[in-house]
Amino acid sequence: MAPLPLRLLLAGEEGIVRAIGGGKELYARLAALGFVPGKKVRVVQNQMCGPLIVSLGAGRVALGRGVAQRILVEKVLG
Amino acid sequence: MAAARTEKAASGVPAGQAAKAKFKEAARVTVALAGNPNVGKSCIFNNLTGARQHVGNWPGVTVEKKEGQMLYAGEAVRVVDLPGVYGLGAFSEDEIIARDYILAGEADVIINIVDATNLERNLYLTVELLEMGANLVVALNLMDEAAGRGLKIDVPKLGALLGVPVVPTVAPKKQGMEELVAAALKRAREGSPQPLAVPYGREVEAELARLETALAAYAAAVAGLPRRWVAVKLLEGDELVRRRFERYPALLKLVEESAARLAALTGEDAAALVAEGRYGFIAGLVRETVSRQKTAAEKLTLSDKIDQVVTHRLLGIPIFLGAMWLLFKFTFALGGPLVGYTEAFFEWLGGRAAAIPNPVLASLVKDGIIGGVGSVLVFIPPIFLLFLGLSFLEDSGYMARAAYVMDRLMHALGLHGKSFIPLLIGFGCNVPAIMATRTLENRRDRLITLLVAPLMSCAARLPVYVLFAGAFFGARQGLVVFSLYLLGIILAVLMGMLFKVTLFKGEQAPFVMELPPYRLPTFKGTLIHMWERGAAFVKKAGTVIFGVVVLVWLLSNVPWGAPVEQSVIARLGHLLAPIYAPCGFGHWEAAVALFFGILAKEAVVGTLGTVYGVEEAGLQAAVQHHFTPLAAYAFMALTLLYIPCVATIGAIRREAGWGWAAFATAYTLALGWLVACLIFQVGRLLGLG
Repeated sequence: MAPLPLRLLLAGEEGIVRAIGGGKELYARLAALGFVPGKKVRVVQNQMCGPLIVSLGAGRVALGRGVAQRILVEKVLG
Repeated sequence: MAAARTEKAASGVPAGQAAKAKFKEAARVTVALAGNPNVGKSCIFNNLTGARQHVGNWPGVTVEKKEGQMLYAGEAVRVVDLPGVYGLGAFSEDEIIARDYILAGEADVIINIVDATNLERNLYLTVELLEMGANLVVALNLMDEAAGRGLKIDVPKLGALLGVPVVPTVAPKKQGMEELVAAALKRAREGSPQPLAVPYGREVEAELARLETALAAYAAAVAGLPRRWVAVKLLEGDELVRRRFERYPALLKLVEESAARLAALTGEDAAALVAEGRYGFIAGLVRETVSRQKTAAEKLTLSDKIDQVVTHRLLGIPIFLGAMWLLFKFTFALGGPLVGYTEAFFEWLGGRAAAIPNPVLASLVKDGIIGGVGSVLVFIPPIFLLFLGLSFLEDSGYMARAAYVMDRLMHALGLHGKSFIPLLIGFGCNVPAIMATRTLENRRDRLITLLVAPLMSCAARLPVYVLFAGAFFGARQGLVVFSLYLLGIILAVLMGMLFKVTLFKGEQAPFVMELPPYRLPTFKGTLIHMWERGAAFVKKAGTVIFGVVVLVWLLSNVPWGAPVEQSVIARLGHLLAPIYAPCGFGHWEAAVALFFGILAKEAVVGTLGTVYGVEEAGLQAAVQHHFTPLAAYAFMALTLLYIPCVATIGAIRREAGWGWAAFATAYTLALGWLVACLIFQVGRLLGLG
């Protein structure tokens, strides 16, 4: 399945991070929070407008929609 | 903040006379605390030093460098609290502060506080610290919560794999503190270990080896830092490390070639490869040391369930507004009667002062000091209650959710939800609000937030509202005060939008913010937090406001014996009054009060008390005599908006320079006057005046 922006996952859906666009700065900030290629994330909340809440294991992170657009994930089926 | 207190739990030594004498000596050992936000760092700092410090849930609490002292086995130890950071990149000011401090080698040992419930994320910072060659002790905090979630951590094994001591702790219960301090001081004596070499995989390692060899020729720029770390950072594209080699284009060219080779080989960015290498290493550590007793299937935690309601698309903002309304209701319903008691106390005090035989002294004490400072201090109860409520919201973790909920609205200002936190702190006091903008990574975000933060109605405006709303709006005073807070917010939004399209065009920074799990704040923690801020208000009342009221009293009594209408202050007031005539209060007393309000907004009330020559109890009647309800509302709006107080202007200057401080002063003066005029003139047209 082709990677898609994290923004498009619905609440409860999971994805594996494949790539992060948007430059070194964003990459480093996301990496420090645990967003790296290969990491499994779960969308806790996505209202299709405004920021998302994403779960990375135990932690919860709020991401603006612009950021969620730049994180490409592979959706985990099931 | 060298608090001369010791916790027995930490020191094991009672603070006796001999110990106190020793305590005054310069500390030989320095311990720095580092860790992610929301891992209990402030709590451990308090445990160690006994210093009163804020324990909060949102990022940026410890942006100020906090220091304390502790006594261990008769030896004074300096404890430095570094800003809470997730990594040691060069992107936010917090990260740069923490990193520069560690690189400078000022600390003999670093205590890295790690959240045991979220080891994988937290160990990223640990690994970065170890790569830097920092002398480390890991405090594995929140062990009770980890156990509650069914996590079992093999602590000795984790220590062995990291190559540093790991001490399990439960900071709020002060568990593990003594072991932690013992391990840290032992480590401080032993000195730094070898820097950790994270295995980055064959391709990256080959490039690192190449760069390390090349770096041997640049000893001056490497400046004693671990060469491998410098190589890793150069490969990552770290701006600060890169700058060290600006004068050596040959080396920078090598770095570029390495990155290009890696990109060609792996199809990935070098920075991505390095971060993946670290996480790969950490994943291995976690696999080896952590076992879950329950099934790995992720369940919705209680925090998630609360979040589903609190951050709901439709409910989020009403819940936030409701929470704010409750906060103010709580402040006034509970604070009102207490104001009455405090008033009675100052009246009694004023009566005593009137008995002073010397008439000049009696007037100074009664009308000047007790009348002026007293009229401000009577507002201590509501101000402390407001701080109590704000502290509770912060410490519980709700503030971060408020930022999340407000993100959509903040987008209109060209800001994101994170800017909302400084603005919310602004309701308490604008000075810490200005300081809290440091957590914003982007300069543009910071400046817009700085410029609109003074429009947040801080606690110092409250005495003015309480006086006027109480005098004119009776049962509806809560609503009136709420509307003023709202006015500040709306104008902040409008001004933010204006600044966004005029002064700061361009893209906004990405919104990325951790949402800490909800925690029931401890009673003690919230009280300490409230006290810290409330004490600052009392201190201000005792210093700045005291100075102002004495000055006002002096000016209003010179020449001595003349009625106040002929005093120096009246002349000053008459000079300024015409400016305010279109706003509905063109009398000299109001002008004088506003003039002194620049020093501190509470001084508006104090000054009115002095120039009307009445005590707190008589002040309401006096303002009823001088203002109409409409003019009173315009006056409150002006007090809210016009010119940030001196302390706030000073804070803006510190953060952004004189230019921006001058700009903030000028635009708020104009805005305040305009809005007050508009309220009065439109109100009059509508027949409200």
